[in-house]
Amino acid sequence: MAKVELVNVSKSYGDVEVLHDINLALEEGEFVVFVGPSGCGKSTLLRMIAGLEDITGGELLIGGEPMNDVLPAKRGISMVFQSYALYPHMTVFENMAFGLEQAKLSKPEIRERVNKAATMLQIEPLLDRKPKQLSGGQRQRVAIGRAITRDPRVFLFDEPLSNLDAALRVDTRLEIASLHERLTGTTMIYVTHDQVEAMTLADRIVVLNGGVIEQVGTPMDLYENPASQFVAGFIGSPKMNLLTGPVAENEGAATYGIRPEHIRFSRDEGLWIGRVVLTERLGSDTFVHVKTEGVGMVNVRIEGRADIEQGETVHLTPDARSVHLFYADGTPLSRKFMQ
Amino acid sequence: MKTPLWKRLGFYAVVAVIVLQALFPFYYAILTSLEDGQALFDVNYLPAAPDFVNYRTMLTQGVFGRQILNSVFVATVVVIFSLALAVTAAYALSRIQFRGRGLLLLTVLSVSMFPQIAVLSGLFEVIRFFGLFNSLWALVFSYMIFTLPFTVWVLTTFMRNMPVEIEEAAIMDGASSLTIIRRVFLPLMWPAMVTTGLLAFIHAWNEFLFALTFLSTDSQRTVPVAIALISGRSEFEIPWGNIMAASVIVTLPLVALVLVFQRKIVSGLTAGAVKG
Amino acid sequence: MGKSRSLLSRTRTRSAWLVLLPMLVTLFVVAAWPLGRTIWFSFTDASLDLMADAQFVGIRNYLEYVKFGDEDGQYYGLLADARWWRSVWNTIYFAVVSVSFETLFGLVIALVLNQQFRGRGLVRAAVLIPWAIPTIVSAKMWAWMMHDQFGILNDMFQRLGLISEPVAWTASPDTAMIAVMIVDIWKTTPFMALLILAGLQMVPQDIYEAAKLDGVPAFRTFRRVTLPLILPAILVAVVFRTLDALRVFDIIYVLTPNTDATRTMSVYARENLFDYDQFAYGSAASTLLFLVIAVITITFIMATRMDLEGKRS
Repeated sequence: MAKVELVNVSKSYGDVEVLHDINLALEEGEFVVFVGPSGCGKSTLLRMIAGLEDITGGELLIGGEPMNDVLPAKRGISMVFQSYALYPHMTVFENMAFGLEQAKLSKPEIRERVNKAATMLQIEPLLDRKPKQLSGGQRQRVAIGRAITRDPRVFLFDEPLSNLDAALRVDTRLEIASLHERLTGTTMIYVTHDQVEAMTLADRIVVLNGGVIEQVGTPMDLYENPASQFVAGFIGSPKMNLLTGPVAENEGAATYGIRPEHIRFSRDEGLWIGRVVLTERLGSDTFVHVKTEGVGMVNVRIEGRADIEQGETVHLTPDARSVHLFYADGTPLSRKFMQ
Repeated sequence: MKTPLWKRLGFYAVVAVIVLQALFPFYYAILTSLEDGQALFDVNYLPAAPDFVNYRTMLTQGVFGRQILNSVFVATVVVIFSLALAVTAAYALSRIQFRGRGLLLLTVLSVSMFPQIAVLSGLFEVIRFFGLFNSLWALVFSYMIFTLPFTVWVLTTFMRNMPVEIEEAAIMDGASSLTIIRRVFLPLMWPAMVTTGLLAFIHAWNEFLFALTFLSTDSQRTVPVAIALISGRSEFEIPWGNIMAASVIVTLPLVALVLVFQRKIVSGLTAGAVKG
Repeated sequence: MGKSRSLLSRTRTRSAWLVLLPMLVTLFVVAAWPLGRTIWFSFTDASLDLMADAQFVGIRNYLEYVKFGDEDGQYYGLLADARWWRSVWNTIYFAVVSVSFETLFGLVIALVLNQQFRGRGLVRAAVLIPWAIPTIVSAKMWAWMMHDQFGILNDMFQRLGLISEPVAWTASPDTAMIAVMIVDIWKTTPFMALLILAGLQMVPQDIYEAAKLDGVPAFRTFRRVTLPLILPAILVAVVFRTLDALRVFDIIYVLTPNTDATRTMSVYARENLFDYDQFAYGSAASTLLFLVIAVITITFIMATRMDLEGKRS
């Protein structure tokens, strides 16, 4: 139920600056995902909001109040950790009650809040168990439950799905999305290196790279209008084809970007001609890697099944409206043919 | 590919020698403790006519019973004090970044290498100053010089390996440093505390130099000094049977501890030394 | 602009010092202060009964030239005391020989315990027993076994034909030091073995398998692969044991009291402090022993650049 603002925030360890001049305003109730490759500073930024890391420069405001010098527990924040960080010697109930005890809440009130959170996450039957008696998914729910009981203004998630197996990861992702629906007004900040999680969960995505914000926007914004070559390459799966050489130079750019799903495939005719090097069949789609003359290696998506053999000669035509062009420094040229 | 017979026999011969040399002296002490009178002076390798008279003498006559209690008291209190002081210190040394931490660890480590004799005269003065001479508290107090650095060192290494996120979760939950130690780390530290406690206990139980120096009357002494000072009227009247009975009595609890807690002791010993 | 150190880290630093305080005070009172006083006493004329009024006398306890008149004179003090130098030599001799044998035997036992065989747990427990036995008790046990008339050791050696006459192990100046070393080696080899075993267990098993596949003979595998890998563990163990051996007291006090043949620095210091009422002189001896050990410790820490902060790279 609060706005989170970062004003000129920076972070250094000794002489090494790991975050530079971060400016960001998160709206009340918004679900924001920080995404970027490992070492980009996304976790550090989250931990600075939590209060676990000192803020070297700049200001952090939550609900309009400066938070730089406020203890983590007094910021109205809850955090779900990557390893869940449940207290191994306490039962689920005690785990969820610990923070409330520290806040000196009365016993009945603690019980009421824990029960409410447990009902919401359907973990009532687990309340008397110890963490080691729980499955990975159950531990994750308890960790979320512990965060909910404190009734936070801001919810922080630090790569919460990375310790779960693939199937459970999808379920929990849906669960977190529905949690956000139910906890109206609670701002959620979620850190991940997985752009699929970012695309599916976020109202807005913040892409970080090398300690600076590359772009902030809705998932579709980032997909359609990447503000830099880095974002273009990072968002979208599989990766956008980033081609250099004549094909880019002809357009007056250093890099020519086109997503696999924006290339038309044909056996007979097309703008480019090339030979199939590798075919990946996923069932729903087929990805064909084509060595294209004068262009380079191009990955093309074909819907459904396609019987294409290695070595076959094929023709490709990029959808001109979906071409992204970038200068050598990664900044985009204005989009060709658009508007 | 099977190992040739002679190799296996050779290996087991080495094992046998190792076990034999380790156990024989203690076995022989037990053997001697069960002999009395002339039997004592006949060399024999197997028990002839076991007799518990030496044990009866030690436990019923004189102050040996009292001295055992002294040792139990000193070793137990030393363990409690050093663990209490060390757990909090280890938390600060392993978990909190602050200037001077490396230097502090270095200090603790170097104290553990102090030769006891180097502090003996100074400590003697301090103990007299506090009026603790010939009091068991003098030992409790002075034994801190070797138990405390050791427990701090081992517990610090142990705590350092605990997951960071658990502590951060506690910080987010609003727990203070003391609460984190008491409610979060302490319950997770029992294995390490048992190990270090055991080692500190054994160390305190066996200590000789301070006990010899800071206690002056028989009824106050701890068992190692008591055993060292058992003597006869002349060199030829040393009551070896009694000495061995006393030795067996003070050693049996330790042997039992070693057998029960073998793994813990080994891990504690190596943690104390190897993790340099 | 916010402060660079937040309330949290300031609070944590403050509570760090707060929880460290009791330990630091204790260590100060039992270690730092007494050490300082010992060093101070070594420069005074302190005696057991008159400690508080001890007067500064310079380095007289260490070295002093006393003139008898007519060009004649003599050096006095610790550094001119033949008995002191004898005990220095005894200590070094004892430390070098004992630690060498302990390392050798420890290595053998560790190699045996590192094998898979039935009853290994029991053997390891048996090996630990000498370590658990109080030093005083071991000394007494061995004193009895080494008894010149009724000792089982003489009996055994005579049966085996190793000696023809009973040996007065502890009483004879020729064998007293050997007797002391035997007890020390017996008692502390387990410690050595455990430390080396810990090092051995950190050697990845697949190295041995690879060597076996390459057809490297077992002994060469040991010399070229195992030994270099466990050398750091052995070194640490050797340093720890050496520091320990240099302050040896209990065994000698009980096994061979009052002989020049085995008097070590610690025994010498304590004799002067409490038996001969030469408190200041004994303090000087303690101080020198401390210096020797401090130099070795510092050299060791410098040489290995110990990772005190436990930083994980």
